[in-house]
Amino acid sequence: MQSLLKFITCGSVDDGKSTLIGHMLYDAKLLFADQERALELDSKVGSNSGEIDYSLLLDGLMAEREQGITIDVAYRYFTTEKRSFIVADTPGHEEYTRNMAVGASFADLAVILVDASKGVLIQTKRHTRICALMGIRHVVYAINKMDLVDYDEGVYKQIVVDIRSMSEEYGFESLFTIPVSATVGDNITNPSKTMLWYHDKTLLSYLEEIDVSDKSSQDGFVLPIQRVSRPDRTFRGFQGQIEVGEIHVGDEVTVLPNDTAAKVKSIYNMMEQVDSAVKGEAVTVELDREIDVSRGCVMVRDIKLDVGKMFTAKLLWMDDSRLVEGKNYYLKLGTQLVPAVVMHIKYKLDVNTGQRVNAERLFKNEIAVCDISCSDKIVYDIFSNYKELGGFILIDRVTNMTSACGVVEHPLRREGNLTWHEMDVSRELRAKQKDQKPKTIWLTGLSGAGKSTLVNELEKRLFAEGKHTMVLDGDNVRMGLNKDLGFKESDRIENIRRIAEVSKLMNDAGLIVLTSFISPFVRDRRSAREVVGDDSFIEVYVATSIEECEKRDVKGLYKKARAGEIPNFSGISSPYEVPEHPEITIDTAGQTVEESVEYLMQEIRKYV
Amino acid sequence: MRQLSHLQALEAEAIYIIREVAAECEKPVMLYSIGKDSSVMLHLALKAFYPEKPPFPFMHIDTTWKFKEMIQFRDEVAKKYGLDMIVYSNEEGIKQGINPFDHGSAYTDIMKTQALKQALSKYEFTAAFGGGRRDEEKSRAKERVFSFRNAAQAWDPKNQRPEMWKLYNTRIFKGESIRVFPLSNWTEKDIWQYIRQENIDIVPLYFAKERPVVYRDGNIIMVDDDRMKLQPGEKVENKTIRFRTLGCYPLTGGVESNATTLDEIIEETLSAVSSERTSRVIDNEAAGSMERRKREGYF
Repeated sequence: MQSLLKFITCGSVDDGKSTLIGHMLYDAKLLFADQERALELDSKVGSNSGEIDYSLLLDGLMAEREQGITIDVAYRYFTTEKRSFIVADTPGHEEYTRNMAVGASFADLAVILVDASKGVLIQTKRHTRICALMGIRHVVYAINKMDLVDYDEGVYKQIVVDIRSMSEEYGFESLFTIPVSATVGDNITNPSKTMLWYHDKTLLSYLEEIDVSDKSSQDGFVLPIQRVSRPDRTFRGFQGQIEVGEIHVGDEVTVLPNDTAAKVKSIYNMMEQVDSAVKGEAVTVELDREIDVSRGCVMVRDIKLDVGKMFTAKLLWMDDSRLVEGKNYYLKLGTQLVPAVVMHIKYKLDVNTGQRVNAERLFKNEIAVCDISCSDKIVYDIFSNYKELGGFILIDRVTNMTSACGVVEHPLRREGNLTWHEMDVSRELRAKQKDQKPKTIWLTGLSGAGKSTLVNELEKRLFAEGKHTMVLDGDNVRMGLNKDLGFKESDRIENIRRIAEVSKLMNDAGLIVLTSFISPFVRDRRSAREVVGDDSFIEVYVATSIEECEKRDVKGLYKKARAGEIPNFSGISSPYEVPEHPEITIDTAGQTVEESVEYLMQEIRKYV
Repeated sequence: MRQLSHLQALEAEAIYIIREVAAECEKPVMLYSIGKDSSVMLHLALKAFYPEKPPFPFMHIDTTWKFKEMIQFRDEVAKKYGLDMIVYSNEEGIKQGINPFDHGSAYTDIMKTQALKQALSKYEFTAAFGGGRRDEEKSRAKERVFSFRNAAQAWDPKNQRPEMWKLYNTRIFKGESIRVFPLSNWTEKDIWQYIRQENIDIVPLYFAKERPVVYRDGNIIMVDDDRMKLQPGEKVENKTIRFRTLGCYPLTGGVESNATTLDEIIEETLSAVSSERTSRVIDNEAAGSMERRKREGYF
């Protein structure tokens, strides 16, 4: 009986992955004659020299041939006397990390190429990390282009030392290194005639012999239910693929998450009625009594799985739009599909160095450790125990995109667990949903200083940057909320108090508020700051001088004030108290509106 | 504990995929082309749901130029297993007299690609199983198991959804559809070995027999009915041939062979000097022709 080895090849852009596989297929004479002809034909138009370009065998998509890079996984199939192989050739570019992860999720072993003339690069580290993340337990490092370093053993040995120290943290079950030249063909299928110092196996013979069988415990039994088959009233079968262990007719089983028990009445291994079935087989199981079982339930015997709503997981983000904390996704784990929320990004892992980085956002091709909360209980296990019970994807509910894949690290079951339902939708969550820090940007300054103009322009700019904003100014406050207020001192204080309270509510709603009021007195601005909260209050002093303001006098107010027609006019008949410690100060004199706005945006970005 | 053989593993993988579609997709259909891959796929569908019948219909896109033996075989199979078999042809194309002799690649487009699109829209199928394998051709080698088509039924190879482990995301918008390839990881050899192991019925055209043929442009074309127009200098000869792949008879080249049993076919396949798609005339047109065709909606 021949076994099957699924492996991937990865390496950085010019490491020669496609060439290596192409050469392996070609050497082993595994190519069908007409594909070989097509290769020679393609090669003439596709490559610069007239020589055979082995990579053209694999880079199948037209876009790839035009760009000369591999953008998606290509699957190749070949058989030797000892083994059948499926090889996924994966792209090396950081931009296509997710495509590499697709290949890695499918494979049992990775062949990672390292350019002998360059040594271990950041990409080598990234590829190793992704392979480990996706559950690969066996790796082979092919130190390629040995011909470029004169087949020097010292160079090879140094790279091997670097590789061993780099990959220590992953604890791979097997790790093999081999010096090769993909273009020349050394140690691919035939032993090198130049590297006589190397005595171990060629790449192909190593791949033919390595044992990658699953070493996870096969005690007990797990069958995630894919489908309930009910062709008529007499038959009710539960269909799925066995993920752990084996099952016999007569076994006592439990169905999770409901935790109901029954006995196995019959087992169909496809069309055959059988006494037992094992891991990997697609079966239909009948139970001896009617219990509530539907797609997504998991049938188990003698094994402890987690049943719960919350867990910590490592995520690889794959979507063009970034991860939003608090946003609802679909989570698919095994045959279960439930709404779920990423509650909290604990930290990001630098894909290249593995360093933990604090983060509030997660972008395409980044890895982070997060807390996830599902809307219903799901049945799962830690990924390192069983891949099939701990690997999941997140699906965007609006675009249907597969946004991320993840692996469960450990369950979250703190006593008195705050479950999602019991959690309040807080100011913080609303803000995160909007991806901004809610602030009240309080512009103060003399009449005619340019506050309203600035506030309107600022709002346009913030809006264009995707921020959620609201402007409060004399126009929309005086006419409604504060139309009962006049100009006496108590009314003036009440006016500012109401504006501050409304700003605070809007901040609570997650909005960035821009206010435009003269607010001439220090004590009024201080009480506004107290209401809004010191952390959220950004005082902007529009420090245009009274001379400049009076010169502009757009509304003719200064003229009337000078004529004594307006009592308590700030700067003329009533003082304007200059802010002592405003967060931002701007003098608009001698500046265009664009220049002023540009400066303010630059400052405001530091806060929002 | 026993471990699954290579073929058992492929079989279980395909059945998992077929069941996943039946469980998650709203209105699936299995495309049935009558060829050996379709025969294997049908067999897997029967196995996947047993003792229930496959919970979806089957559909054959009939160009009206298929081998007579294929049509006969199709009808027999549908009857034997009690399948809901939809047969669809592009009636407009038939009215216009579109044929493989006069219309070249336009024929394939109108009678196959367009017909398939029309049928999928007419019945509003949301998922269609196809028997495509990744070892057939380079652009297929890069296609996912679940391959998405937009509302115009076009494929965007540069923006395929990531497919992790066996967690298939089957969610689509109205008007979109999915092509699903449960045999993605099978090779031609796997197909033949499985046919032998499972004793699956296949169209007799796969076995060598004396048949009336003409030699045309390096291909051996069988004269299946009197619509076949002979070109100057061509004459019909009787040759012992068989087919490695089946389609429209004027576009399907046979190979000279004496393989009359599955064992002989497998032996011939193992020592094959040309891959099976060479005997399909359309694939030879230009580099990238298959990818272009797929983007436009060809299966």
